[in-house]
Amino acid sequence: MAMSRAAAATGAVTRRRLGATAARSMASWFGHVEPAAKDPILGVTEAFLADPSPDKVNVGVGAYRDDNGKPVVLDCVREAERRITGNMNMEYLPMGGSIKMIEESLKLAYGEDSQFIKDKRIAAVQALSGTESRGLDFSGLMDDIKNAPDGSFFLLHACAHNPTGVDPSEEQWREISHQFKVKNHFPFFDMAYQGFASGDPERDAKAIRIFLEDGHQIGCAQSYAKNMGLYGQRAGCLSILCDDEMQAVAVKSQLQQIARPMYSNPPVHGALIVSTILGDPELKTLWLKEVKGMADRIIGMRKALKQNLEKLGSPMSWEHITNQIGMFCYSGMTPEQVDRLTNEFHIYMTRNGRISMAGVTTGNVAYLANAIHECHAVII
Amino acid sequence: MASSAAAFAVLRGGKSEARAGCRVGITRKNFGRVMMALAVDVSRFEGVPMAPPDPILGVSEAFKADKNDLKLNLGVGAYRTEELQPYVLNVVKKAETLMLEKGENKEYLPIEGLAAFNKATAELLFGADNPVLKQGRVATLQSLSGTGSLRLAAAFIQRYFPEAKVLISSPTWGNHKNIFNDARVPWSEYRYYDPKTVGLDFEGMIADIQAAPDGSFVLLHGCAHNPTGIDPTPEQWEKIADVIQEKKHMPFFDVAYQGFASGSLDEDASSVRLFVERGLEVFVAQSYSKNLGLYAERIGAINVVCSTPEVANRVKSQLKRLARPMYSNPPIHGARIVANVVGDPTMFGEWKQEMEEMAGRIKNVRQKLYDSLSAKDKSGKDWSFILRQIGMFSYTGLNKTQSDNMTDKWHIYMTKDGRISLAGLSLAKCEYLADAIIDSFHNGLGTAK
Repeated sequence: MAMSRAAAATGAVTRRRLGATAARSMASWFGHVEPAAKDPILGVTEAFLADPSPDKVNVGVGAYRDDNGKPVVLDCVREAERRITGNMNMEYLPMGGSIKMIEESLKLAYGEDSQFIKDKRIAAVQALSGTESRGLDFSGLMDDIKNAPDGSFFLLHACAHNPTGVDPSEEQWREISHQFKVKNHFPFFDMAYQGFASGDPERDAKAIRIFLEDGHQIGCAQSYAKNMGLYGQRAGCLSILCDDEMQAVAVKSQLQQIARPMYSNPPVHGALIVSTILGDPELKTLWLKEVKGMADRIIGMRKALKQNLEKLGSPMSWEHITNQIGMFCYSGMTPEQVDRLTNEFHIYMTRNGRISMAGVTTGNVAYLANAIHECHAVII
Repeated sequence: MASSAAAFAVLRGGKSEARAGCRVGITRKNFGRVMMALAVDVSRFEGVPMAPPDPILGVSEAFKADKNDLKLNLGVGAYRTEELQPYVLNVVKKAETLMLEKGENKEYLPIEGLAAFNKATAELLFGADNPVLKQGRVATLQSLSGTGSLRLAAAFIQRYFPEAKVLISSPTWGNHKNIFNDARVPWSEYRYYDPKTVGLDFEGMIADIQAAPDGSFVLLHGCAHNPTGIDPTPEQWEKIADVIQEKKHMPFFDVAYQGFASGSLDEDASSVRLFVERGLEVFVAQSYSKNLGLYAERIGAINVVCSTPEVANRVKSQLKRLARPMYSNPPIHGARIVANVVGDPTMFGEWKQEMEEMAGRIKNVRQKLYDSLSAKDKSGKDWSFILRQIGMFSYTGLNKTQSDNMTDKWHIYMTKDGRISLAGLSLAKCEYLADAIIDSFHNGLGTAK
């Protein structure tokens, strides 16, 4: 650095005089800034990539893979991109985002013919995507709902709970909804997997529809990362059901006030893809077919994994693998068992025992089952 | 009814357990018996007021509603062609076509963004041969354009320098204050605009930076100051650097117009490079909204020049940690466009040419406006400040009342601080605009609204 200063353009006297000051400034401002801990989920993928073993399996990944373990871009997405490339200018979206994308997103979440949409009661903005036990501890959940102070805000996963894959049944959702009414809690739904869970977007929105029928005013965060494979595009929608149109306008205006000093207005590309697909009946049909295809593959892999484990004569119950839904499966494995899976079998997953079923293929399911079986066998 | 009043006090006050809009707040004391009778359906959001309209967007909306043929929108902060149309750069269309052909996947980017993009951006800003890059001393994170970069930096400042203040120019881009307010970072202003000269109040600027507590963050516009268009001269930049060094302040650049101001990427980065050359640690928030016309893609970066590579790694890791709960990872599309354009020598050359053309059009329009004003204004007023200003915007020196006259009488839409966007001006409209400015300046007085 001293060399570059000397070599720099003709020094004014001032600059030489301040040379000493510059040297002092080499003591960094950031001495007290600690290195951050590595993100646990992303670290898994890094370790996987670094592993030279031909048998390695990545079931830490939070993104869909096809049966060859490759990332997928949906045909409907490619077609939408072909249509929009070069055609649109890139002028700033309004702070609240793409109107078309929001309209289509609300129809998906609240229902095609939703009266709330017709009455303009939903404040919605385009957002930057969405953000142990082996079964549901339903009584524990109900206790916590009852014991929370009245009017608490609850974050609920609309479908395909992450990381457990354990969803309440329809009857259980109805009970939860009822208790919410009694306690006047605010239900906020995180819906990152609509369509991706069961293969049917309407079915995956059932919990939301139940709460709406029961008269709750909900909040909802939707993401198109998984169900349209738009991960890196950061496309989603935040909506809040209000009393009436006027209130929806006020709430939306405040959401925009929060967005403006965060990022001014949201990115357009993903929004255009979404609105192009959902706004065109043919493309939408294609999408529904493709998202069902992804969900079916996952469901198929769950069955295969369970069957393989049972075939190996595992005395444990693996019902939870097929009872759970969505991309993730909570295996119930301990961190030590997970470490063994990684170190001995080159199988990568997060240490909480969460398996991404998206990383399971017909090619590796037997290997995976065998490895899990081995790790459990030791404990017994 | 006392209990209703109590309920409504609960709704408004928000201090008790029951949140605003609690439907059954009344029933808490009389559980069961009164529940049915007094179920008042008041929303949780009853207390949410309507936010004020955005001062800049409101201009465009009013413009759209105006039916007059002569109307002109000079509020817009986006480049327009001579035909007053939005402009997608040819090199961007090429890049997108190429990307479509490549058919790359849409996997999540890492939290810090696309590596090729970060490398290209740091090289553009600091110069590809800059020692700080070779030494690995720069932490760069792709972020959500200029706003996102500023917000990340603000969050970092709030966490690691909670006692520090950010000094911002008076005036500055309106959203700067919102960003620091929402990030809970205190700020104060340094003098910048001198209405008497319609130029830089340099003495005031230096004095205010001098007077601030040591170790403040000084927010500087790298080039093409928004909203005034008034930039320090190279000599003035040296003196600004002197006082910042002396006070051990942290220079914090907002670079939204690199290449767009003078037409030259290197020239427009000279202020930033001057500070870096002195061995200082520097924050730089950067955006491709204007210079690559990628407004809606939200593509930019926060860069922090640190004293050593080890420091840069730590700073980068903490910026990532701040970004993760905000948006997890940044959007890919704009980053790929930039990486493709900058990474290909032919496209890079084409970009530089298109940028020169855009900057050139603005300079021509400035000249024509000045010529028209000088020719038409018989008062002898010196309008040459228009030529000294640079970039998309120009501070006309018109006050609010005069600006209102521009709109009400002449159907020219601008912001109330007297700022016009030359990006929205065509050569064909210069004479009309000159007439309007002259009229508003000399006659547009009256009771301020």
